[in-house]
Amino acid sequence: MSVLVHADTKVICQGITGSFGAMHTKGCLHYGTQLVGGVTPGKGGQKDDNGLPIFNTVQEAVDATGADATMIFVPPPFAGDAILEAAYAGIHTIVAITEGVPVADMLRVRAALDEMNASRPDDDQLTLIGPNCPGIITPGPKTGDGESASDSYTSAGCKIGIMPGYINRHRSETKSGKAVGIVSRSGTLTYEAVWQTSSLDLAQSTCIGIGGDPVRGLSHTDCLRLFQNDPDTDAILMIGEIGGTDEEEAAAWASAHVTKPVAAFIAGRTAPPGKRMGHAGAIISGGQGTADAKIEALQAAGIEVAETPADMGRAMARAMGIG
Amino acid sequence: MKVHEYQGRELLAKAGVPVPAGAVIMSANDAASTYEKVVAEAGLGQNGLAVVKAQVHAGGRGKAGFVKLVRSAAEAKEAAEYMLSNRMVSAQTGPEGLDVNTLLIAAGVDIAKEYYLAITTDRATRRNVLIASSEGGVEIEQVAHDNPDAIVKEPVHPLMGLQPCQARRVAFKLGFNGKQVNQAVAIMLKLSALYASRDCSLAEINPLIVTPPTDEHPDGQVLAIDAKFNFDDNALFRQKDVQAMFDPSEENANELKASEFGLSYIQLDGDIGCLVNGAGLAMSTMDIIKHEGGEPANFLDVGGSATEEAVTEGFRIILADEAVKGILVNIFGGIMRCDVIAQAVVNAAKSIGFQVPLVVRLEGTNVEAGKRILEEARSSLPTMQAADDLGDAARKMVAAVQAGVA
Repeated sequence: MSVLVHADTKVICQGITGSFGAMHTKGCLHYGTQLVGGVTPGKGGQKDDNGLPIFNTVQEAVDATGADATMIFVPPPFAGDAILEAAYAGIHTIVAITEGVPVADMLRVRAALDEMNASRPDDDQLTLIGPNCPGIITPGPKTGDGESASDSYTSAGCKIGIMPGYINRHRSETKSGKAVGIVSRSGTLTYEAVWQTSSLDLAQSTCIGIGGDPVRGLSHTDCLRLFQNDPDTDAILMIGEIGGTDEEEAAAWASAHVTKPVAAFIAGRTAPPGKRMGHAGAIISGGQGTADAKIEALQAAGIEVAETPADMGRAMARAMGIG
Repeated sequence: MKVHEYQGRELLAKAGVPVPAGAVIMSANDAASTYEKVVAEAGLGQNGLAVVKAQVHAGGRGKAGFVKLVRSAAEAKEAAEYMLSNRMVSAQTGPEGLDVNTLLIAAGVDIAKEYYLAITTDRATRRNVLIASSEGGVEIEQVAHDNPDAIVKEPVHPLMGLQPCQARRVAFKLGFNGKQVNQAVAIMLKLSALYASRDCSLAEINPLIVTPPTDEHPDGQVLAIDAKFNFDDNALFRQKDVQAMFDPSEENANELKASEFGLSYIQLDGDIGCLVNGAGLAMSTMDIIKHEGGEPANFLDVGGSATEEAVTEGFRIILADEAVKGILVNIFGGIMRCDVIAQAVVNAAKSIGFQVPLVVRLEGTNVEAGKRILEEARSSLPTMQAADDLGDAARKMVAAVQAGVA
């Protein structure tokens, strides 16, 4: 098992004919993801460079391919609509990569998703990851060079989004035999964490980039819950940043519910207040959302906090008692 | 994106929220006539009270002497001359202060009571929220700290918007009475509609005031005196009117230039420039520089792809800050390969002609090829060092800058 996505997950790409959508469709295919088609309104019936069928609507794509996950690359003005289209078609794992979606759109989309989920059973919920995120990956053991779809990097993994797949390790490729679940608000900092844990002979069960926007889908707490319940995850590494109170809430939840080792890092200790640090969500206002407040909450919950970004892997190892 | 007070007043007035008469001047020569016009429009007559206010985004205007009450055309002219010919220095501007180009002259009003009214987005509940307080005219953060019970919050449904019953609840709780109630309710509903239709991230009226009773208005009038608006940058593409209010003179010139190239740059006070791909990694790089005893000169995210053009422009912008004594490049090559990035860094550094120490830390795809490219370029880039990891990079950078300083 793994979290949310696995080797058999069938994935479509919304915005498959855009430059980013096309590039990362290829990247996911080469990694070994079961990408089964794409959606671009008005281009239904055509095929993309990889021979994948293109559909006019998500519903048509789902009906024809049985897809249950989507990665969204459509431009910001239309991204909220694309998320809803996926949800209305019943897609369970919706990964929105698009950066720059208006906050007002995400408020409406989240409200609509929450309303849909309220009338669905607990084991049949729709999950949104992002927007403004690198996506999700459940690594598989390396079986090929990853240079083409027929020689994919793995035959037992799933990557949805823009993460570099090859830096991840599968449990079977480590001596420790231990796999870490990673959740992060930042893209490149996630890769850094993957790299550091891999370098310390730790595998990754699933890595989730939840995104840098203030209003989004999965939260840190949601991911802690997923990882705590996942038999394939031995420990959890949580990477947060300034702004909001997501990390504080996760710390409180972890101290009450998480029995697995947890380590964390918070970016933005030196960020000046009131400035937007690249991510729309990374802004400190009115003394709320500071790195110090988050670190204090995490430490109070017994979580091992990495002192510097160079120390994330070692902090994880320390929390697991193997450092 | 932020706008000036006078622009906020215009937005409110257009939305039907009552504001006192006012007009904007950019030359002290217009001060006297504008004063006469504003007091006449407000029905104040000879020697009516007006206020001259510098239009800058920074706060602390009152204490700095850039908000002045005037009672004649001569006083208005004197205040305008002072504000337009002196730099405003406040706690928020830094010691160098800033130029004032625009002034608002607004009719003075008698105030019986001050309130606070705002709408912002609460990310924790994923709702817009109306925030109101019977303690107006002061910083809401101060009220939240000293007297949190004086603050009323009302969540706004994302699909329904603020409902009249919610606004009434707030109005009665704040102590509005008589005909004030319906005036306050109308202002709340209009402010909420404005917030939604203009993609605001903050819409604040502070103070919202009630005037003393008169024969014409026995319960007084509810008016918006000062307005502060912030807008969601992600939504500017569909808010052309808002975008047209953008005042580039309020922005750091380097930060503006960076945004033209799609780079996210924020100037800071230190002397170590940083060039990083990804916002989280860029923030972390600042953190680790500080941790190793250095001071970051900037936040700079060149984007996940880190092309040669982006890196070259990034170097130019960092070096435009004369305080910079060294540059730390920290790139995690994911989709973009390290050899491509290394070549971009080398080409950019060569084309710019580096004098300051440069420490490059690369990790990720094709890292060995990337390091070879850096090694081969060392003869032509003598101030460059390669680093093994993030900690090593920060230590080398701090050491190089401190050696240069000493």
